[in-house]
Amino acid sequence: MTFLDYAPAPESTSILGLRDEYGLFIGGEWRPGGGTSFASVSPSTERQIAMFAAADEGDVDAAVAAARKAYRNVWGPMSGRDRGKYLFRIARILQERARELAVAESLDNGKPIKETRDADVPLVAQWFFHCAGWADKLDWVGLGANPQAHGVAAQIIPWNFPLLMLSWKIAPALAAGNTVVLKPAETTPLTAMLFADICQQAGLPAGVVNLITGAGETGSALVRHPDVDKVAFTGSTAVGREIAKALAGTSKKLTLELGGKGANIVFDDAPLDQAIEGIVNGIFFNQGQVCCAGSRLLVQENIHDAVMDRLKERMATLRLGDPLDKNTDVGAINSTAQLERITRLVDAGIAEGGEAWSAPCELPKEGYWFAPTVVTGVEASSTIAREEIFGPVLSVLTFRTPDEAIAKANNTPYGLSAGIWSDKGSRVLAVADKLRAGVVWTNTFNKFDPASPFGGYKESGYGREGGRQGMQAYLKGGK
Amino acid sequence: MATSKTSKTATATKAAATEATTARPAGSRAAARAASARLDVPKTYKLFIGGAFPRSESGRVTEVTDARGRFVANVAKASRKDAREAVRAARKAQPGWAGATAYNRGQVLYRVAEVLEGRKAQFVDELVQTSGLTAARAAKQVEAAIDLWVWHAGWTDKIAAIGGNANAVAGPYFNISVPEPTGVVAIIAPQSEGLLGLTSVVAPALVMGNSVVVVPGSAPLSAISLAEVLATSDMPGGVVNVLTGDAAELAPWLASHADVNALDLTGAGSLDWISLEQSAADTLKRVIRPEPGIAPETPQRILALTETKTIWHTKSRL
Repeated sequence: MTFLDYAPAPESTSILGLRDEYGLFIGGEWRPGGGTSFASVSPSTERQIAMFAAADEGDVDAAVAAARKAYRNVWGPMSGRDRGKYLFRIARILQERARELAVAESLDNGKPIKETRDADVPLVAQWFFHCAGWADKLDWVGLGANPQAHGVAAQIIPWNFPLLMLSWKIAPALAAGNTVVLKPAETTPLTAMLFADICQQAGLPAGVVNLITGAGETGSALVRHPDVDKVAFTGSTAVGREIAKALAGTSKKLTLELGGKGANIVFDDAPLDQAIEGIVNGIFFNQGQVCCAGSRLLVQENIHDAVMDRLKERMATLRLGDPLDKNTDVGAINSTAQLERITRLVDAGIAEGGEAWSAPCELPKEGYWFAPTVVTGVEASSTIAREEIFGPVLSVLTFRTPDEAIAKANNTPYGLSAGIWSDKGSRVLAVADKLRAGVVWTNTFNKFDPASPFGGYKESGYGREGGRQGMQAYLKGGK
Repeated sequence: MATSKTSKTATATKAAATEATTARPAGSRAAARAASARLDVPKTYKLFIGGAFPRSESGRVTEVTDARGRFVANVAKASRKDAREAVRAARKAQPGWAGATAYNRGQVLYRVAEVLEGRKAQFVDELVQTSGLTAARAAKQVEAAIDLWVWHAGWTDKIAAIGGNANAVAGPYFNISVPEPTGVVAIIAPQSEGLLGLTSVVAPALVMGNSVVVVPGSAPLSAISLAEVLATSDMPGGVVNVLTGDAAELAPWLASHADVNALDLTGAGSLDWISLEQSAADTLKRVIRPEPGIAPETPQRILALTETKTIWHTKSRL
């Protein structure tokens, strides 16, 4: 070790007071689940964190009933002002317990503490704070005066941003006056369980938030439950399709945040230092396990080689390892299943003529890891230019003209995000106009804010989360 | 050219109509003009695809009769292939229409109202003939439809102001959300209210720059006459495509078509609309469920066929 190397700086887990086993949080109480309990393991060590209950149909029924009762008796009749005050309380407690939540999230998900500490958890608190303020201002969300809540919202969230996705779902739903039953992903249930404790600390009335753990069957039972009025799902496009089908012909409202294959377009006049950081942030943030990741780099042909050289140089400095280490840039892949998917897709990309280069970093012996990888020579028709990899793998394509960049960027069934790097403001605006994507970042990437609507075009889903549009998803026009 | 005739009325009427066909010119059109010595020139009602008026590639027609079962016209009966041609034309025309300025789109929609006003008598005539409405009631309906085009014309440069927003994000960014057209919208138009019903679903889709493939409901003659108005209103060819025919036959192809972005089932209440919605889920189309669905003549109706795009522009640090 030289003086330029980084000494280990792991965040202590002593701040966590975890239980060995977590039940279902229904009607303000913990109860066992009817299904077979399952373990959540830390992806960086493969060690078990705790056991979690699996909700069966009976549990789903009980959770929906608890939510219905709370909606009818407490949360529905409550003034917007008081609902808002509960949400403000939650926001404050989230801030107070931020370190604990960041450690728990990194442990359970495998993402670097730098991200949970500086991105996930602060955004979670901000999301509740933002939505809290909406609760008594619903007349101004754009649906006319006196808009009404739907009732009981069923919400299913993914494993890539467990607590952040919980906040995107629960905060607007509650502000609008709905009660919720939320199911976290089976590989990352931990922070949702801690959130139950936060609801109790905030004195939130029983049944307003119900948290049930389990796998796909639990989610399937939840969205199909006849007493659910609104379904919100974030996850894969395949599951999104299934849910849309299951809800066809019902009166349930649906919003979907699904997959993506975001194009990150770099023009030859881009500020290259920033662009390189933006490319890295776009695809290696959260190990690329981000639906809006900039997974397709579209680089103008004349600067391709220069960009690749600098990108590889930068990638070589990324520190991969212990997610709880404050110096870690790239953490663990969330599960073996995900690691297998990434590996399979990269192999396909190489088999189809792509040239893969991985950052020269040592992978820990235990846990699930994939080195940051860039694949050049990718064709628009290649598997890795079309399918969402959901991992730290960047596919590189080139273009010559803005029209070609736009055509290639839009050549996907997805339409969630895109990035543009150029110093020419007029060109940035013109290109942004033509991109069929719900979020366009210009000279930045992967920025999120509760005031800023987020969501996709085409097969990336429908509905928005964040801002006025995000509130509308949880309301119907007043009478 | 016509090879098959399918009457929408009862069997008895059908028989009568067949008889009437052989005994031309005993049709109502001729009867109505009986006082005139001149023999009138009836119109051929064809499809409207890509700005042109083709017959159905299938060669099929549907016979339209008046309230008393007398022959009025043979209307083209669109096929699956016609539907695909219509979607292709709509896709081709959509970027240009969306790329026109809001002021320009507003003027074109207003122009539709202007041209409709001039041809009001024709629309009233067709409605009276085929729906059995009195002339006064038909006129009211046509006038309401014209006014609805004017209402929508006025929205093109305002929807962004009420459907979009500047977002106060916690960082050095200029952040703005704007509504943009969803793309190609397939519409099953309401089964009632003829031109008015048709307008209530087509006009809102056009406001922000979607292109449309519409299967009209009960008023195929009004739909094709409207197409003639659109064709002479500076509306680019392909922005609106009209497929007269059997909605139950055409809707499944439109619902499953991968290049259709949204499916408006407002008039599909009597069809198996649940399987249409299920089919639309395969490509995650935006779906407007059958009436009451989303109320007509509301900004929500226009916004339902838009996507919110949020753009983050970096501000430099000074």
